[in-house]
Amino acid sequence: MRGFLDWIMDPKRRGAMLIAPAIILLFVMNIFPLMWSFGLSFFHYKASSMKPPSFAGLYYYEKVLSDPVVWERFQTTALIVSLSVLVQMIFGFALALLFSKKFPLRREIMMLVLTPMMLSFVAVGVFFKLFYEPTFGLVGQAFKYITGETLILLSTKWGAIAGIVIADAWMWTPFVMLLVLAGLVSVPDYLYEAAEVDRATKWERFKTVTFPYVKGLLLLALLFRTIETFKLFDVVYIITAGGPGTSTETIAVYVYRMAFQFFKTSQSSALSYILLFVVIVLTNLYLYFVNQREQET
Amino acid sequence: MSIFGKGRKKHALREAGWGYSAICGAIGLVYFSPVLWIILTSFKTRQDALATPPAFFFTPTFDNFVRVFYRLTSEGEQMATGMGLFFFNSIFIAGAGVLLAVIIGTSAAYGFSRFPLKGNDTYLFVILTTRMLPPIVVIVPIFLMFRITGLSGSYIGIILLYAMFNLAFSVWMMKSFFDELSTDVEDAARLEGANEWKVFFKICLPQLKAGIAATSVFALILTWNEFLFALLLTGNDTRTVPVAMARSMGGQLGVDWGLLAAIITLFLIPVFIVTYLLQNHLLRGVTFGTVKK
Repeated sequence: MRGFLDWIMDPKRRGAMLIAPAIILLFVMNIFPLMWSFGLSFFHYKASSMKPPSFAGLYYYEKVLSDPVVWERFQTTALIVSLSVLVQMIFGFALALLFSKKFPLRREIMMLVLTPMMLSFVAVGVFFKLFYEPTFGLVGQAFKYITGETLILLSTKWGAIAGIVIADAWMWTPFVMLLVLAGLVSVPDYLYEAAEVDRATKWERFKTVTFPYVKGLLLLALLFRTIETFKLFDVVYIITAGGPGTSTETIAVYVYRMAFQFFKTSQSSALSYILLFVVIVLTNLYLYFVNQREQET
Repeated sequence: MSIFGKGRKKHALREAGWGYSAICGAIGLVYFSPVLWIILTSFKTRQDALATPPAFFFTPTFDNFVRVFYRLTSEGEQMATGMGLFFFNSIFIAGAGVLLAVIIGTSAAYGFSRFPLKGNDTYLFVILTTRMLPPIVVIVPIFLMFRITGLSGSYIGIILLYAMFNLAFSVWMMKSFFDELSTDVEDAARLEGANEWKVFFKICLPQLKAGIAATSVFALILTWNEFLFALLLTGNDTRTVPVAMARSMGGQLGVDWGLLAAIITLFLIPVFIVTYLLQNHLLRGVTFGTVKK
């Protein structure tokens, strides 16, 4: 026992022992299950039936990758991600510029804008579902007041996509704003003074002084939001449940239905691994730029 | 972080007056209006909630808030709706999961920051990836595992899962705080003969009180809001509030908006308080500690 304690307390193992509990928990609750499902993706297996799994090789990967439905879901996801992230970047930047001044009650007013990103996806889904309600929702009523027609926003493909994009962008625009603002306040004063001496126009000053300080953070915001929006599930689940038809079914909703409504366990595991690969690539890219930024500053 | 103009600042923000405040305030209110509308709706009667044109002025009622916890049976008796239990579950599960994650995460962050291993960056990358993964990718195998081990629907299962869910976040957040801390004091203490326990508990942790608080509170909110894991892995007795909210959307008789709005209003109160308290750590929190300033 004494020897064992000494072995653990050995300064050589200090780092390893400190992180061991974390690694063990992650292994049991995350990495092991992932490896298990990696295994399952090579077998015929249905979680709802009692049949023992039988070997399938790469069958499910071939099936998933050659399935036009999967590609359709990827396209839907890509469409929602790019629209939503674009809106977030534009409005986030604008709001950051707005708040890059010092004025009375700035802290309090900024809280109004920052709060949405701390809310639950489910709550945000409910807000916007109430807004889009055709007869008594605010959007529906405003539309009827202006055009005299009833707007059933979620009944068409583009309407439903717009509905989801607005909700998601509303929630995450503050995130972009926060990052851009951090860039804006990090510009050293002497650069602005130098620009003034050079009689630079406002646009030139923005392009040569301000933007370089924001660029790195903007890129981080773009990547981070892309990874996060790629997982979009809750908002879609609440607002449209993937409808009308399957026109707003994102890849996450698709995997959910495949795994828990149709119990195609092997197939959903194979698709999950493809998602995992995408996320690993994006996360790597994100950390690369994080490190690059840290070295610059 | 200095977005609020505090701390070490390089760039003095230009001053603007009350007029500018008014403009920003108006924009802020418009931005916040979805939240305000839900809060208003929670004080409306059923008629007011469904009124056309929308009722901006009405006599407020607390009826919805009572109905969150009690409903009248056909015999006119008051009966608990179970919502009280779901609120308790949300608090208990998030609290226990986060406590576990922050303890384990702080220890790991200290290790990563002070005693780097070979392949430190790889470990950190793997840990971050587990958090970046779509929850749906993780949930399929965990669902199967919980079914076999009987953890499905139990407190211990969902608490362990949330501990894992928050671990990556805690490690990265706490590491960013440890990295900022100067090691001079620690080294001095070591030279004076303090042992490692003392260095960690008496020197490091007291300096990081604010960081630990921010990490815990942030993780609490992330867990409080979490939906997909809770949807699939909690049972009738362990259900959390977001799942209960989603379920009350799917009713056959149409959605009872006043009631739903009241649930959401209650659900959001802790979020508002926490967001206000966390202001200075928001940037670090939402980026998992990867962007500090």
